[in-house]
Amino acid sequence: MDSEVTPVHADITLRVNGTEHRLSVDTRASLLDVLREDLGLTGSKKGCDHGQCGACTILLGGRRANGCLALAVAHDGAEIVTVEGLAQDGRLSPVQEAFIENDAFQCGYCTSGQLCSATAVLDEAENGWPSAVTTDLGSDPALDDDEIRERMSGNLCRCGAYVGIVAAVREASQRKEAAEA
Amino acid sequence: MTDRLESREKVTGAAKYAFEYAVENAAYAAAVQASVGKGQVRSVDTEAALRLPGVLAVLSCENAPNLGDVPDGELALFQSRTVSYRGQFVAAVVGETLETAREAARLVRIEYAEEEPDVRLRTDHPGLYKPDKVNPVFPSDTEQGKPEDAFRDSPLQVDVTYTTPAEHNNPMEPHTTIAQWNGDETLTLYDSNQGASTVQSTIAQVFDLDPTQVHVVSPHVGGGFGSKGTPRPNVVLAAMAARAAGRPVKFAVPRQQMVATTGYRTPTIQRLRLGADADGRLNAILHEVSEQTSTVKEFAEQTATPTRVLYKAPHRRTSHRVVALDVPTPSWMRAPGETPGVYALESAMDELAVAAGIDPIELRIRNDTDHEPGSGLPFSSRNLVACLREGADRFGWAGRAPEPGVHWEGRKLVGMGVASSTYPAYQRPNKAMARAEHDGTFTVRIAAADIGTGARTALALIAAETLKEDLGNVKVEIGDSAFPRASVAGGSAGTASWGTAVVRACEALRGKMNGAVPPEGIEASADTGDELKARDEYARHAFGAQFAEVEVDADTGEVRVRRMLGVFAAGRIINPKTARSQFIGGMTMGVGMALMEESVMDTEFGDYLNRDLAQYHVPACADVRDIDAVWVEESDPHLNPMGSKGIGEIGIVGAAAAVGNAVHHATGIRVRDLPITPARLLTAL
Repeated sequence: MDSEVTPVHADITLRVNGTEHRLSVDTRASLLDVLREDLGLTGSKKGCDHGQCGACTILLGGRRANGCLALAVAHDGAEIVTVEGLAQDGRLSPVQEAFIENDAFQCGYCTSGQLCSATAVLDEAENGWPSAVTTDLGSDPALDDDEIRERMSGNLCRCGAYVGIVAAVREASQRKEAAEA
Repeated sequence: MTDRLESREKVTGAAKYAFEYAVENAAYAAAVQASVGKGQVRSVDTEAALRLPGVLAVLSCENAPNLGDVPDGELALFQSRTVSYRGQFVAAVVGETLETAREAARLVRIEYAEEEPDVRLRTDHPGLYKPDKVNPVFPSDTEQGKPEDAFRDSPLQVDVTYTTPAEHNNPMEPHTTIAQWNGDETLTLYDSNQGASTVQSTIAQVFDLDPTQVHVVSPHVGGGFGSKGTPRPNVVLAAMAARAAGRPVKFAVPRQQMVATTGYRTPTIQRLRLGADADGRLNAILHEVSEQTSTVKEFAEQTATPTRVLYKAPHRRTSHRVVALDVPTPSWMRAPGETPGVYALESAMDELAVAAGIDPIELRIRNDTDHEPGSGLPFSSRNLVACLREGADRFGWAGRAPEPGVHWEGRKLVGMGVASSTYPAYQRPNKAMARAEHDGTFTVRIAAADIGTGARTALALIAAETLKEDLGNVKVEIGDSAFPRASVAGGSAGTASWGTAVVRACEALRGKMNGAVPPEGIEASADTGDELKARDEYARHAFGAQFAEVEVDADTGEVRVRRMLGVFAAGRIINPKTARSQFIGGMTMGVGMALMEESVMDTEFGDYLNRDLAQYHVPACADVRDIDAVWVEESDPHLNPMGSKGIGEIGIVGAAAAVGNAVHHATGIRVRDLPITPARLLTAL
């Protein structure tokens, strides 16, 4: 016999794209649903609600995470960046620009997650984090196409825009390197 | 090379999909699925669900309102106690929040009188029958000459059976609807679909409304691949729930529930017999297909129809047999018919090439035809041979060893395969409106859909060209049933169909304008119905050639596609940038079909076992190394004012055969059951 569950709410604070939000959340609610349904930040998408497709990818404390697998109540005080926060003062980020130039999306539904993932991939590589295909663990990994494909494989795209996605991440990575050189 | 016009919205998260409209006071629905494969609902106990705080309504066959004239059995939601397949929607809950609705759905207790479901497709099933037609209106069977005799008398014979599994469309955006009643008078639907006009007219019929009382809003759609071509139960569920709750209701079908309720590609069993002369010229082609439908409605996929198009042969039989099983209703999935049918035909052609000792490309060139074999009609244009030759050059086919299983690189076996592609160039009647403003800008409206195809951009380019205006001065508005009625984004017919209406509306506008535009603006409309009726009879198809190079790990049986090239002849390409993406996207889905996509029927419980994206594998980024698509110049005056053929589906057609043929070339092993998994290869390696 199933027991009936009375909703329990908890007060939390989230800092999303630089803005602080005080919220009372259902303790069963995911960060993704809180962002989409309570804060109206619908850029993060729900594709599977099971952490399998990556459409809900956000930057949580500076690292990429599946918003659908994170309970909001467990992230009181969290610093979150969603796709809505990638552009600065109306200027698209290099990753966003590269996605447009390389036609790295079709329907656009996985795109928010791809962009957040790609943004994090550039940081991860810069910080020397290896991936499953990194052969030389002694030096900083270079984001070649194999590295990009591996690191972007948590974000599914059913339209099949991977060729464009890899080209876009490569281009954004090169631009970032050039800007920092 | 024009960027998608909605690019900025899509990369900033501003593009709104169906679930994302800020509708005031919205409640949430959750659905309950049948837990038996066949039977009757005996009772529905809603007490525990209704006791939960925040639950607004529970709907089932015990209290659902009677629907009107329902044109599609899948939309007759809660109208009977019969369970036709496991996973069918049998109840729905409306709650104040997502969490409450989900929890309450879990608390609905349903008792069933259970029967044994019949769910396994097999060629000796006594229920197999010949359908009156196959999707959409093709004859089920065709026969020319004496195919059995001609096959028997042919010096070269291939007699093989291929199977393809059930496959699920799995668009990234689930089937989603927000339904809002304004009194009982009008219904607004924010909905994820491939055609707002179709949803409007169908749902009006279901709820006994005039189409003008239903407003469907769908400017952005997160993919469909056929599964959103007609409204699925989610639309009816949301509208019914909103009426019951007296509030707007949001409903997105959870990924796991999509498997049973939103359509899929039927599994197929295909026997191919090819009889040829010693030089590979075909005498006889026999293509006999067995496939499934549900007991809810007939969907008979047109799997053997491409065999009526591709090659010359004096003797030919194509046939379809369908059995209605206790399974979810199959439906359109990217190039229904052509995708599984060309997989089998083009794999068999590869087997014939091996048997004849003829290069697979040369074999196809020898069997080329200038008339459509099935109908005898001349092709409006056919550049299959040009695609094969262009692709052979670009892909480096000349260096390919004729014998299979000889190219080793370390512990990897490497091979190359080729397959032909074809897809019909359909066109449907449409209406469009064009408007000139006093300030020199233009607006074009049509209820077309952009499900990721780039249609919005293509239509704007077409309008700008017709108006002889800069693209920046032309705005195209689509995805709204309030706009002139449009056909669905399906059958690769979108741009050809909508584009013709846009051209005619823009031409009519230019005719009216006479240079000056008054302050109130000028409008003109077009309807392409008569124009289409007056067309000359031609066989209109796009063609293509697909090339794949694979490596097969000799120890694990793992297949990796190293590179793929598609060469297509599809009339004039309106926007090269988005067209290339569409071709490549189709080919990518073809890689999935070849190597991983398989919905596994659990014959014990009568349900597809793998109900999420962790178990139903679609290609991920690392599965796609080097896929490219190009096209040959093709000028065809018999199509439409743009000279274009559809490109949304041909990319998947032939892709799986090219990969499978490459696997054979690499290993000498012919896997005739998709997908080509390590388990299937290892036993033979």
